[in-house]
Amino acid sequence: MTRVHDMGGRFGDGPVVPEPQGMVPFAKPWHREALALTLAAGALGQWSIDRSRHVRECLSPEDYTRFSYYEIWLAALAGLLVEKGLVSREELAAGKAEPGAPHPRIFRPAAVGPSLARGTPYTRISNVAPAFAPGDRVRTRLPARNTLVAGGHTRLPAYAAGHVGTVILSHGAHVFPDANAHGLGESPEPLYTVAFDAGDLWGEAERAGDEVTLDLWQSYLEPA
Amino acid sequence: MPHDDHDHPHSLLPSDPALRVKALETILVAKGLVDPAAMAVILETYETKVGPHLGARVVARAWADPRFRALLLKNANAAMAELGVTGRQGEHVVAVENTPGTHNMVVCTLCSCYPWPLLGIPPAWYKSDAYRARAVREPRKVLAEFGVTLPEGQKVRVWDSTAEVRYLVVPMRPEGTEGMDEAALATLVTRDSMIGTGLPLAP
Repeated sequence: MTRVHDMGGRFGDGPVVPEPQGMVPFAKPWHREALALTLAAGALGQWSIDRSRHVRECLSPEDYTRFSYYEIWLAALAGLLVEKGLVSREELAAGKAEPGAPHPRIFRPAAVGPSLARGTPYTRISNVAPAFAPGDRVRTRLPARNTLVAGGHTRLPAYAAGHVGTVILSHGAHVFPDANAHGLGESPEPLYTVAFDAGDLWGEAERAGDEVTLDLWQSYLEPA
Repeated sequence: MPHDDHDHPHSLLPSDPALRVKALETILVAKGLVDPAAMAVILETYETKVGPHLGARVVARAWADPRFRALLLKNANAAMAELGVTGRQGEHVVAVENTPGTHNMVVCTLCSCYPWPLLGIPPAWYKSDAYRARAVREPRKVLAEFGVTLPEGQKVRVWDSTAEVRYLVVPMRPEGTEGMDEAALATLVTRDSMIGTGLPLAP
């Protein structure tokens, strides 16, 4: 139904500790390498952002909780590399590998700037007609779950499952993570921003009238 | 398929994370899967080129130029492109404007989605369990931890970034800034004011 990453609304995490602004973005030297390695390996094009999110989410709750953020990234990177057959368990255990010829899609320095500046758009042409428009009232699926793969990836957080909100933005069709994370194709469908009353979500809002919005795919929603 | 083998490959790597990243890098470079020179360019990009100063330029332009502000709120990527701001994790940006009636605040409860081309790499607190868990339920308590108290009558709208849409908060232009040019205005626009956990500096 849900996994350890799905923590919106959870009690007990203690205060948020802001850092001074203008600080360098990496607290420790190895954080820099973890980010650069993850991006460089991702540029091989062997997995989607949805797959990489799912592999992070599939860490055991114990590991996910004790790991710092970039440790989660590294653990998922190791998982993805083994899953795709790019690196073996034996190589991970040895901490080394026999030299190999460069991968045909190896990320070269000259490609980095243009690639990062271009990004990867997620909008697609879709044959799924929009069912909703701004102003419509919609109800989210209950429970939050992937209906294609048991225990699979979904972007409907548990805290917003089974609630009624109002569509406020329509984004066109986007790649559908619930399918794409599992190699089932991009299956694009309409994406909306839906606003929920905080009092409805939590039973009691900090202040009446506060709202929470989420970006939700059409198949998470039904008319309300 | 889900990935519940409980025999995760990461457990084969050294337990010290600094050694873990080094071991992975050694393997990937040896196998021709990663070029360390590309890693250096990635880091140069996010340590020296892409950061919150770019988002600040966009906000300052919106404060100074009504045409730009209207475009930013209608089609943020088109407005950003006028200033050369594009890229990864900012392919689909929506700019949300603070008003006397509404204060906007951005979170990603499921992971760490963040508008990289505008704000750079997210700070650790943005990715922390505490922020991810609490921003949606008790945004005003979280704001207080940033030293921010909202006026009576201003509602909070928290944007949980659950898709590939990225949100930029456009804070309200501070009073006393009439006559300031765009470059001077940009110095008032903090990173946190564009996430919604802070307010712009006073002139």
